[in-house]
Amino acid sequence: MSKSAATRARPLSPHLQIYKPIPTMMMSIVHRITGVALYFGIVLVIAWLLAAATSESWFNTVSAIYGSWIGRLVLFGLTWSLVHHLLGGIRHFVMDTGRALDKQGSTRLATMMPFISIALTILLWVIGYMARGA
Amino acid sequence: MADFRTPLSRVRGLGAARSGTSHFWYQRVTAVANVPLTLFFVGLVIALSDASFAEARATLANPFVALTLILAMLSVCYHMKLGMQMVIEDYVHDELTKLVLLMLNIFFTFILGAISIFALLKIAFGG
Ligand code: HEM
Repeated sequence: MSKSAATRARPLSPHLQIYKPIPTMMMSIVHRITGVALYFGIVLVIAWLLAAATSESWFNTVSAIYGSWIGRLVLFGLTWSLVHHLLGGIRHFVMDTGRALDKQGSTRLATMMPFISIALTILLWVIGYMARGA
Repeated sequence: MADFRTPLSRVRGLGAARSGTSHFWYQRVTAVANVPLTLFFVGLVIALSDASFAEARATLANPFVALTLILAMLSVCYHMKLGMQMVIEDYVHDELTKLVLLMLNIFFTFILGAISIFALLKIAFGG
């Protein structure tokens, strides 16, 4: 339906830029950003699967790209996005049951998030390097 | 507060989007499924990070691995589709642009799902 002039001219309510950033708000935004990063980043995972299904030379090409320092950097970022988003999802499950919705509880939970996600991501990569023995 | 909905609309409980809470619910169902499935995937990628072509193929051809990864891709692609739909609905206000993006979102996620399942089955069946 086409909009009437009155609808089009309506002012928008104040948006993000006028609020003071607080932990719960930041984690809500980061959950969305990591979700979108995973949405596009998963193409890399699927490209790897497709290369494995196609031929040895494709597999080796993709492995070489992902094994380069820039490849590893991107994969590290993708790992962190997944870990952070996964923890954010669990945080959503906790809040879905009505827990940690008060001011202190929700702030505490949100504040822990970046520390845990970065620590877990580094741990995963340390395990990865140890598994390769390199 | 006055309720402006008709009694029939209230009974149906489907709200303005005509789909009730089903979007929210499937976002949760796939999110719960994603936790073990993506953890399995991460573990597998770590295990295979140094693997040769033959080793990677042998592992991916294992029926348990192949089936788990197929489930992972189904759950993740559905979850991505729902998630990106929410993002588009939140930020894109022009009706035509929104419809086009919602359509592209469905195409993108279904194509990725089809490619990954094809690749996994091809490896599993030794092709
Ligand atoms: C690993 C386990 C995962 C869990 C537990 C999880 C959990 C969630 C939850 C609960 C939401 C809804 C947030 C809300 O209602 O506001 C969500 C949103 C989303 N997820 Fe996931 N997710 C996971 C993995 C993934 C993956 C692998 C992708 C993409 C490939 C993804 C993409 C998205 C997107 C695009 C959104 C929408 C973001 C938003 O609306 O802010 N998620 N996720």
